[in-house]
Amino acid sequence: MDFQLTDDQRALKAGVRELLAARFGRERLRAAVDEGPRLDRALWRELGEAGFFALRLPEAEGGVGLGLPEAVLAFEEAGRVLLPGPLIATHLAAGVVDGAATGETVVTAVDGGGLVEWLAEADVVRGEATGAEPLRSVDPLTPLHRVPVSGGAGLADVRPMGSTGALPTAPLTSLFTAAEQLGTAARACETAVQHARTREQFGQPIGAFQAVKHLCAQMLVRVELARAAVYAAAVTADPVDIAAARLLADEAAVRGARDCLQVHGGMGFTWESDVHLCLKRAWTRTQRTGSATESEELLAADLVSGVGR
Amino acid sequence: MDLTYTPEEEEFRARLREWLAEVLPSLPPKPSPDDWPGRRAYDLGWQRMLYDAGYAGLHWPVDAGGRGATPTQHLIYLEETEKAGAPYVGANFVGLLHAGPTIASEGTPAQRARWLPPVLRGEEVWCQGFSEPDAGSDLAALRTRAWRDGDDYVVSGSKIWTSHAEVADWCELLVRTDPAAPKHRGISWLAMPMDAPGITVRPLRTLAGSTEFAEVFLDEVRVPVTHRVGAENDGWRVTMVTLSYERGTAFVGEVVACRRVLGEVAREARKNGRWDDPALRRRLGGLNAEFRALWRLTQWNVSEAQRNGGVPGVGGSVFKLRYSHARQELYDAAAEVLGPEALDLGREWTLDRLSSLSYTIAAGTSQIQHNIVAERILGLPKGR
Ligand SMILES: Cc1cc2nc3c(=O)[nH]c(=O)nc-3n(C[C@H](O)[C@H](O)[C@H](O)COP(=O)(O)OP(=O)(O)OC[C@H]3O[C@@H](n4cnc5c(N)ncnc54)[C@H](O)[C@@H]3O)c2cc1C
Repeated sequence: MDFQLTDDQRALKAGVRELLAARFGRERLRAAVDEGPRLDRALWRELGEAGFFALRLPEAEGGVGLGLPEAVLAFEEAGRVLLPGPLIATHLAAGVVDGAATGETVVTAVDGGGLVEWLAEADVVRGEATGAEPLRSVDPLTPLHRVPVSGGAGLADVRPMGSTGALPTAPLTSLFTAAEQLGTAARACETAVQHARTREQFGQPIGAFQAVKHLCAQMLVRVELARAAVYAAAVTADPVDIAAARLLADEAAVRGARDCLQVHGGMGFTWESDVHLCLKRAWTRTQRTGSATESEELLAADLVSGVGR
Repeated sequence: MDLTYTPEEEEFRARLREWLAEVLPSLPPKPSPDDWPGRRAYDLGWQRMLYDAGYAGLHWPVDAGGRGATPTQHLIYLEETEKAGAPYVGANFVGLLHAGPTIASEGTPAQRARWLPPVLRGEEVWCQGFSEPDAGSDLAALRTRAWRDGDDYVVSGSKIWTSHAEVADWCELLVRTDPAAPKHRGISWLAMPMDAPGITVRPLRTLAGSTEFAEVFLDEVRVPVTHRVGAENDGWRVTMVTLSYERGTAFVGEVVACRRVLGEVAREARKNGRWDDPALRRRLGGLNAEFRALWRLTQWNVSEAQRNGGVPGVGGSVFKLRYSHARQELYDAAAEVLGPEALDLGREWTLDRLSSLSYTIAAGTSQIQHNIVAERILGLPKGR
């Protein structure tokens, strides 16, 4: 057993982080918010070139030939910078939909939760989206449509299977969502700590006050627990592990962003601060297939089925 | 990221399982919780069996009489002994997890030869005399005094919450040897024989009704200077070296146990109809996520220690914070499943619920753990 990142995995994570820092740093994020939800096609193709979408496609099919753990690390980094777009749907379409792997084609999908992200901007929609109605999305960088009847598969349709069998879309979507939430949660924690170290009140950094300190400590605890769960689920590819990972990652992201907002005081309530972008994205992701109710029910069923260890 | 065990590790597991299956049926019956001499004999007897089979001090270094096993082998050992229903370390806790490792890393060859083998062989019990009435979280404020008198220290003061004090042979004792020095710099670590004249042990009753810990009054107790481990006034550092070990692996077996209990709670809920309540079901599902993740975090921390040559990382505090809380949540959920039955002290879960209350206090309260995480991991400034 060696449940730590390998050197290659570390390098891959650092590489994705570097690419995203260069191409989707804070200024780009704010510009995207100001421009409204439009996909940056050039960036999409760059992601394609870097292998983001073809990461798990076999080398024989022109992919990178890596596995779920590597994909999870990439999605974690995407979540950290709040990278917009139907990343998961396009990644899952690689090798199935022409041009998805290279980033030429932007693919979205009808989610089991009954929503479609980026419907108007996507070239291809997987699932039945007729009659989809737009809603005014709370997240400025995730346009949403509601579909009358959910066309996507939910977690309940999935049976446990070993790491060898291919997982259906629903648990994969949930796993990658968990990875994105993990990245956002880590960012929220770092942002809060950064602010707590520099902002002074009563003649000392606010991070010296225990009430603030403990909020930050709790953020880290949630991040580290979620990290262990998400990485393990990527290794085992077990739907019950994925449900656990998703639950903890949703919690780490949403509560982390909330606490981060609190640590920022009035500044945290402004449009100008990035904190609300973390929170809104985290909220949006919680609605995807594998939501808290669904995951908790799956985990409960596992307790009485005697399947899980 | 690899969660599979190597063939050597699987081999180790298989041999351990075989041995456990062979010896566990021959164990004497468990003594009652308040029969302290009986518990001592039972716990030492189990330690002796481990010793004879070569499992004692598994993760201790070889030159300390241990087997120098890897952190992963140690993890497997803790997992398998729990799954097989083997006894806990019990009265051997301080000797095996704290005083022993402290002596192994800081003691002289003579001290190691004197104290380590009896711990491994299950012959001597240690207790931990750290906390005092006025020094709990602020341990360095301790006031128990030790004066030099010839070849002895003369010790006076009092300790409190000393687990297993009634049945211990030795006490790892923190004393103040320099009252003029800053509080962390005037402390020394002594091994005090519990049968020395001047020691009075007064058992304290816990909220669970049992006498798990005691007050220890020290009235001019003579402790030979040769019983000091580490330099005089260096006791704080000597102690901190091993506190992290205590947090690192002390709860591995318990996480395995909690997962088993959670399954039992769910099955009980199915039997008594509470399972039909979606809120309760979801709560149990959430706990399943929690304990699965805590197990993964354990594997993560162990793998990290393995890469660092056995030194546990800072993850111990992160783990302890979440685990102590999760354990309390588990028994609260069990009580909800049991309903009125949860008030029956004859139910195992009722007693376990009571004892779970100590988890956020003992070995550093949750508030102190939050401070540690915030200051040592996140680098936030110390408050004034
Ligand atoms: C079952 C059990 C077994 C034990 N066994 C042993 C043993 O064998 N040997 C031994 O030496 N000790 C033992 N202890 C003692 C244990 O280590 C102490 O109880 C613990 O360190 C807390 O100290 P205290 O009880 O004095 O509480 P206090 O330190 O008085 O704490 C009271 C409250 O104040 C809070 N608080 C204190 N300081 C701070 C701070 N800086 N910031 C925020 N909050 C703070 C605490 O979190 C707590 O909520 C045991 C305790 C228990 C419950």
